[in-house]
Amino acid sequence: MSRTRVTCTINGDPAEFLCEDDQSLLDALRDVVGLMGVKEGCATGDCGACSVILDGRLTCSCLVFVPEAEGATIETVEGMAGPDGLHPLQETFLEGAALQCGICTPGFLVAGKALLDRNPDPTEEEVRYAIAGNLCRCTGYDKIVRSILDAADRMEEAVPAT
Amino acid sequence: MRYVAPTSIEETVSVLAEDVPAQVYAGATDFIPQLRMGRPEPGVAVDLKRIDRLTDLRREGDQWVIGAATPSVRLGEEEDLVADLPGLVEAASLIGSDQIQSRASLGGNLCNASPAADSVPAMVVNNGRAVIAGPGGIRTTPVASVVTGPGRTALAKGEFLVELVFDRPPPRTADAYLRFIPRTEMDIAVVGAGARLTLDEAGRCRDVSVALGAVAPTVVTVPAAAGILVGHPLTDEALKRVAAEASAVCNPIDDKRGTIAYRRQVAGVLAVRALKLAADRAAS
Repeated sequence: MSRTRVTCTINGDPAEFLCEDDQSLLDALRDVVGLMGVKEGCATGDCGACSVILDGRLTCSCLVFVPEAEGATIETVEGMAGPDGLHPLQETFLEGAALQCGICTPGFLVAGKALLDRNPDPTEEEVRYAIAGNLCRCTGYDKIVRSILDAADRMEEAVPAT
Repeated sequence: MRYVAPTSIEETVSVLAEDVPAQVYAGATDFIPQLRMGRPEPGVAVDLKRIDRLTDLRREGDQWVIGAATPSVRLGEEEDLVADLPGLVEAASLIGSDQIQSRASLGGNLCNASPAADSVPAMVVNNGRAVIAGPGGIRTTPVASVVTGPGRTALAKGEFLVELVFDRPPPRTADAYLRFIPRTEMDIAVVGAGARLTLDEAGRCRDVSVALGAVAPTVVTVPAAAGILVGHPLTDEALKRVAAEASAVCNPIDDKRGTIAYRRQVAGVLAVRALKLAADRAAS
């Protein structure tokens, strides 16, 4: 069967690749595009390790057939660091030791970014709800929650008061 | 498996008329996990999200029209919808994580036909109508008649859900949906209870509807609630009788989420709590 051509935007750059119709966006990002920061945990939408921001919405890339990405804008963990260095979430995760094995970390970072994009000053409860779709079997979440809250504070400080 | 994304209802009807096993889907939050669990791939997967009408969310006169594939997250973002049908929005918002909310839809929740689907009791108490397209054209049927059993619907071959329609509530009317799970997030209902009621100016019940999920093969309603409550205030005594009726209409199973006796008991408790919440909203 002929393969399907997908044209989309990944981390700000135009991308074009060939895929199978029943391939997940997760598999295409890893195996075709080469973005290994997108992790496979469960492949059934339960663990959040494959989280990406698809057209502005936090999504499990394992629950997307890749042809659906035609024309879409996709953000992965690889796009979080800017020209001036790591994203504040990446800095606070490192400083707060919010990871052990690291498999879940890209998903938590992307979920954290999706939260802060729409709510720059979340409460602890809002953070916990926002990461309810991400599972970590090592750290026990508390350091992850603190690191997201710390990143929100840091980003607020960086914005000059008006 | 071939992927197609038709952009109109007519094109979808044509695709489904082809002699290839097809599966229509919206957010795929049930469909893809089912494939991973070993369900055979269909010949063609029909993505409904490129049809404008299926991802729409609009108020049309005295009605709300919600596209069958509109993601749940959009419901909570529509402030006027939250004000009109808070229970429906609560039910849709309880389905899964933020990741799932970006994709999961009322239409998918209904057509997946799980007995524990959260949004269905809330749609039933609000007298929701399902607009269905197929080779014979467009037809409208009550949401309550769509699911015929676990995993089974009344949709004929070649038919698919287009949108869900709800009346805007009359004065002093409100709905509520409560779900019991052993944790606060990310679980499947042990019991779900939807309620909607209208109060008169004296605070007596004028109209009431209660529907329960996860306690029978399909959503069950509690018609006896009207006989007990209409014309009366919501006294503890009356609500106790409603709880008993709610427990009585259940036909649950024993499974890892709860026993038959437990589900019956919780159904009564949740029905009353949902009624009280709806009454508080209707009075305010």
